[in-house]
Parts: sequence; C-alpha cells; structure tokens
Amino acid sequence: MTERIIIAGSGGQGVMLLGKVLVQAAMLGGKQITWFPAYGPEVRGGTSHCMVVVSDQEIGSPYIGQADTLIILNRPSLEKFKSRLKAGGLLILNSSLAGFKGAKGLKILQFPFTDIAMNLGNIKVANMVALGCFVAAKKIIDPDNVLEVFKSMAPAGNLKILEINRQALKEGENLNHG
Amino acid sequence: MMNNKKILLSGNEAIARGAIQAGCGFYAGYPITPQNELIGYMSNHLRDSGGVFIQAESELAAINMVYGAAASGARAMTSSSSPGISLMQEGISYIAGSALPAVIVNIMRGGPGLGNIAPAQSDYFQATRGGGHGDYRLIVLAPDSVQEAYDLTREAFYLSDKYRVPAMILGDGVLGQMMEPVELSVKKAKMGDKSGWCLSGCQGRQPHVVKSFFLREGELEKFNLKLQKVYRRIEEKEARCEEMFLAGAEIILVAYGTMARIAKSVIMRLRNEGKKIGLIRPVSLWPFPREAFRAAGRNTEYLVLEMSYGQMLEDVRLAVAGRRKIEFLGRSGGGILSEGEIIDKIRSLIRKPGGRK
Amino acid sequence: MHKVFSVPDPLRKTPTHYCPGCGHGIAHRLVAEVIQDLGIRGKTIAVAPVGCAVVAYDYWKFDCSEAPHGRALAVATAIKRMQPEKIVFTYQGDGDLAAIGTNETIHAANRGENLSVVFINNAIYGMTGGQLAPTTLLGQKTSTSAAGRDKKLHGYPLKISEMLALLPGVCYLERVSLHNPGEVLKAKSAIRRAFQNQLEGLGFSLVEVLSPCPTYWGLSPREALDWIRDVMQKEFPLGRIK
Repeated sequence: MTERIIIAGSGGQGVMLLGKVLVQAAMLGGKQITWFPAYGPEVRGGTSHCMVVVSDQEIGSPYIGQADTLIILNRPSLEKFKSRLKAGGLLILNSSLAGFKGAKGLKILQFPFTDIAMNLGNIKVANMVALGCFVAAKKIIDPDNVLEVFKSMAPAGNLKILEINRQALKEGENLNHG
Repeated sequence: MMNNKKILLSGNEAIARGAIQAGCGFYAGYPITPQNELIGYMSNHLRDSGGVFIQAESELAAINMVYGAAASGARAMTSSSSPGISLMQEGISYIAGSALPAVIVNIMRGGPGLGNIAPAQSDYFQATRGGGHGDYRLIVLAPDSVQEAYDLTREAFYLSDKYRVPAMILGDGVLGQMMEPVELSVKKAKMGDKSGWCLSGCQGRQPHVVKSFFLREGELEKFNLKLQKVYRRIEEKEARCEEMFLAGAEIILVAYGTMARIAKSVIMRLRNEGKKIGLIRPVSLWPFPREAFRAAGRNTEYLVLEMSYGQMLEDVRLAVAGRRKIEFLGRSGGGILSEGEIIDKIRSLIRKPGGRK
Repeated sequence: MHKVFSVPDPLRKTPTHYCPGCGHGIAHRLVAEVIQDLGIRGKTIAVAPVGCAVVAYDYWKFDCSEAPHGRALAVATAIKRMQPEKIVFTYQGDGDLAAIGTNETIHAANRGENLSVVFINNAIYGMTGGQLAPTTLLGQKTSTSAAGRDKKLHGYPLKISEMLALLPGVCYLERVSLHNPGEVLKAKSAIRRAFQNQLEGLGFSLVEVLSPCPTYWGLSPREALDWIRDVMQKEFPLGRIK
C-alpha cells in the first residue's frame, strides 16, 4: 500500500497542520511517511499545499506528480490541482468554498467542511473535519491514533482545543462516504 | 507518545538537532530559502546547550564568524542555500587554508544567479571541486533521508575535527523541507583536544597563530603538500556509499540525495518485472566512492541521474575510466525527474539495438 | 642604572618589513605597551588585517588570528563571543575597515560587540602600490587617481568614525595621530582606553590613528609627518568623537 495525498487550500486554512497530523497518526500505526510542504513566498492567502505519502514500504520521492487522493479546501486549489488526481482517485472537497461537477472515473466526496466547523464553533477546525472524512473513507489510519496526535500537540491542559478537534474529526468520520 | 522512539522532523531541523547533539558550540547564518528552519531552530535552541548563535549581517560575515569560532576551538557551523554558499566561498577557502574544522550546510536551490527556490543538485561542482580559490577540498556528505541528515551532520563534525578539513552537508530543498520520522541519538559527542593550536590566550605557552598566509619561499608549497597528504588519507579511509543489487546488474543507476530516493523506487518497480537494475548511491561526494565502480560485470551499463545537467557524471566517468558505457538523465532549475521519466529512459536503453533484451 | 627605554614584552625583538617612516611600527609598539601595562598578554587575542599589517602576528607575542580582507570584525566577534573572558582586538587599515569591510565594521559596532579596534588611517593603499583609499583626501594623487581625488569621480573622503558615532552600541571613538611625540603619547592613552573599556565590558571602542605613509605619499618621512599636521588633520580632526 502506498497512498499519495496532496492537501491544498488557502494560506491560513491549516493544510500544513492537516498533513502533519495525518502523517503522525500514520507513524503511530507503523507506516512509513513523508510530508513535503510548498515553500513559496506566499504566507497569507493564495494557495498553500503539502504533499503526503503514507506507505508500508520505504518511500522514494516525497514529491507527488499524480496523487491517489486530493484533499481540497478552496476553489483556487481545486483549479490548481484537479489535473494531478490520477484516474480512479479520490477527491475530498470542501463544498463550502468550491463545487465540482463532471467527475469521470473519479470518486468525489464533497461536504461543507467550513460550515460544519462553524457550527461546531470554530472555523479553524474545518481541516480536521476534512481529515475525519479522509480517515473514514480510506481506512489506512486509525482514528484513535489521530486522537493521540491531538493530545500530543494541544497546549498542555487546553482541553477545549482538544475537544473541538476531536468533535471535528468525528463529524468528518460520520459524513456519508457512500 | 509515539509507540516507537521516532519523532517527526524536517531535514533542516534534523541537521540543526544533529549539530547540537554533536556538540556544536557556535552557529552563524543569514536567512535564505529553503533552509530557514535550520537557522530558526539554532536561534531558539543553541543557547540552551550553552552555544552561541549569531544572525550575521551577510553570508560573508557568517562564514568568517565561523572562522573565528573554529579558531577559538569550538565546533562551529553555518548553513545557507546556493547563492549564499557562493558568497561564502572566500571564507571557506580561508578555513581550509588555515586547517580549521567547520561544518557548512548547503540546502541547494536552482541556479545560476538568483535562480529560484526549487530543489536542485547543481552545486555539485562547487562543493566537490572547491568553490573557492586554491588547492583545497571539502569533505562532502549527501544524505538522502531526514534520518541520514541527522546522522551525517554528527559525522561531519567528527570527520572535520579529525582531519582539520572543513566538511559540507550537501542537501537540496526537498531534503531540507521534507518531514520524516527520525530516531534521535542519546550518545554524548566526544570532543577532541584542540589546545595545541587553538586561540585561547598564550598564558603559560608560546603564542598560537591561526593563518593561511605563507609568504616565505617554499613555505606555502610545504603546507600544500601537507594538506594533500591529509586529502589522500581521507580518500583512502572515508569514501562511503550505499550499494543495492550490484551483483548481476545490467544497468546500475548512480544517484545521490533526493535523486537516489526516486531511483530506489524505480529499482523496486523494475525488479518486480524481473529487470536486473542496481544502484550506487554515493554518500560521500568527496571523497568519491570510486571503488564501488570496479565490480561491475562486463556488460553493465551505468545510468547517472541528477537534478543537474551532469556534474556528478564527471566523477562517474573518472571512476569508470572508459571501461563501461555511461548514460545520463538529468533535470534542473526546478524540475525533478519522475519515476516515469527514469523508467522510460531505462526501457529505451534495454530496447535499443545491441542493447540487452 | 635606571632603564628608561626597552622593548615591551608583547613585542618580538625583530626588525619589521615596514618602509622607513611608516607609522605601523609605532602603532604596533603602542598596542604592545598597552597590553604590557594592563598585564593582559596571556589572555589577549588579536585579529590581523589584510594589508601592510598582514603579518602583525610576526611582531606580536600573543595569540593572533588572520582574517580575510575586511572580515576582521566578523572573526573577532566570534572569538570574543566564544571566549568573553579574553581580550580581543582587531588592527585594520583603511581599505580593510572602511572599504571592503565597511559592512562588518558597522554591524559589529551596532551589535555593541565588546571589542577594541585599532584603525590605521593613512589615506592610501600601501600593500598594493599606492591606490586610492576611501579616506584619500580630495586632490590627493594616488596610482589610481593620478590627477588627484575628484569628488565627481571618486566621492569624498569617508569619515567612518563620525558615522559610527551614531550607533548606540559604540561606547568610545577617538581620532589620534602619530605625527609628533606628544600625539604619539595621546595615541597610546586612547588605545589604552579602548582596551580598558573592553575589560570593563562597556562595548565597542575604536581608535582611529592618522599614520604616515611616506612611500606612497611621495614624501620624505619628515615631510609625511608635517603633511598629517598641516593637511590631513584638517580633513580628519583629532580628538574625542564619542
């Protein structure tokens, strides 16, 4: 098993963090991983992305030409990366900010991650809703390991942050993955 | 929290942590992409281990601060990326000429000129030929993973001290930026005794002078011959490489650093199809692991892969010395060879008239 | 019999390579006398320049480092930061400190590095054959300004000490001269002050020394001293700057 994932959104949507949580959870599950960020001069706005590879074997290039999965959080990122999804690949899309039709040979999961996050009370956790969606759809990462990563990353004793991320992940997992 | 002892680090952070673990007591640098996490880590953590951090006013100042710290007997380091390393060449030549140990990290980006910030391997000549003036060498180590970046940085300090020759870690933007799991060492660094030559004040002994200037007739030649002797010893003892599937290989890929990772993926795919493909991955670029090229079978062909337009290729040619065919495939200036491009090239070599079936 | 004159201990008993009438020999001696007076030879580390004084370490008897041209203050910064208990000074000419090394000079000063600097200003490049220096006076003839320094072509004499006075990290600046015995004594006390400041941890101290170069000024040693008195110090006034 080798899963190549491009995660993209606008600067500030937490796509780098999404990738880091994903690979650390995969590490806990005994997988090989690489995480490779875009490191252009854009800091806020624009599009930001990272490339994540999860595998049972030693990983060659951390750079991804054709992805097995795209996790896309805004429209400009969709335009930029939709051609990078390989035939039969999975597109996980934030329908709060982008829509996609005409999916020939692609599997698409579109859900309003941003709206779901706002309903939870913090727009910033839209990335973790998307992660939950990926975890449930691909089943290569144990959700308990994601929670372990949350615990290790949350500022000491900040249970509120931990809880809302846990909820966001759960919401994502519970979305209909048909 | 992890069920193994590994933690997630970027290549830049791993180099910084490796340096501190190796007892690095001084770092000076100037920000440049794609190695900013390295100077960032040093600024936040070197002081905790009793070291000195300076954000210099330029790469020129940074490398000369490294000169001063090394002359003081400290394990000293700087890091930069291609254009900044060009600026440091004068200082590196002086460090080599003064027989000072130091570690210089180059996280390469596209050139020439300001180029871009994409990963590249086009500073191989500069690193291995001595980018500054004079007959000198750097020990050049090229990690291909974040773990190896950590390990080789510690090794670079050790080798540099041992031979009093500056050492370079040569990585690229992928290696610097990529995060992978790393197992950190708990081994304490062994520090050599530098009191016989370093500058510490001449209380109770004759004064020491650290210099590269030898004006009297014959003096510089004598010093150069001494350096050459050290370089020959390093060539004999310190060449290192990784070899995969060389026995019976019909095509041997030659690649280092990031390029070698992609080569390894290609090899795994093609060996599943029964193709006899092997790999030589130079880990030390100087000294170049020439011996690895002696064992090839009569019909073996080499395919050199680089993120440049053929720089290590010249060392492969020197090592092979005309005994085998050498092909080359490279991209640079932001392009990274994909597995597909390499496989196409290999298939064309196998298919071509007179080639193997 | 009472000994009134001898070679100070931090100075080697060896002839120098400097031209007759050159100021470097006097300046070397003043530094050595100060180090002797303060009793710090065993903990002093000098950084020599590139220029006529490149082999200053052949004349001094304490630890010395070379530095690439212009980089003495970068090298000295690191030596002092690694060994704060040592006394570290640079000895630099006008090309080294005020042309190729201006950046290192300004930034070491601005960081307030606890260093002492002896800056030899002779308004010309000696080692390379009498070329224009940043401190060359207007109208002064050099091998690369044969018709004299022209402000339209070469700009103005650079007053680096006055520039440094603006920086909060600088604690002491004084311009002195070697053109007569009285001034030489003042020069010594200024150098002593710069070292004393470092011992007290006060920050960056620089002494600018107007120094004769009869060879490339095209003057006799005696005329060179008079030229400092009559011409050079009008452009570079002596005294405490900060």
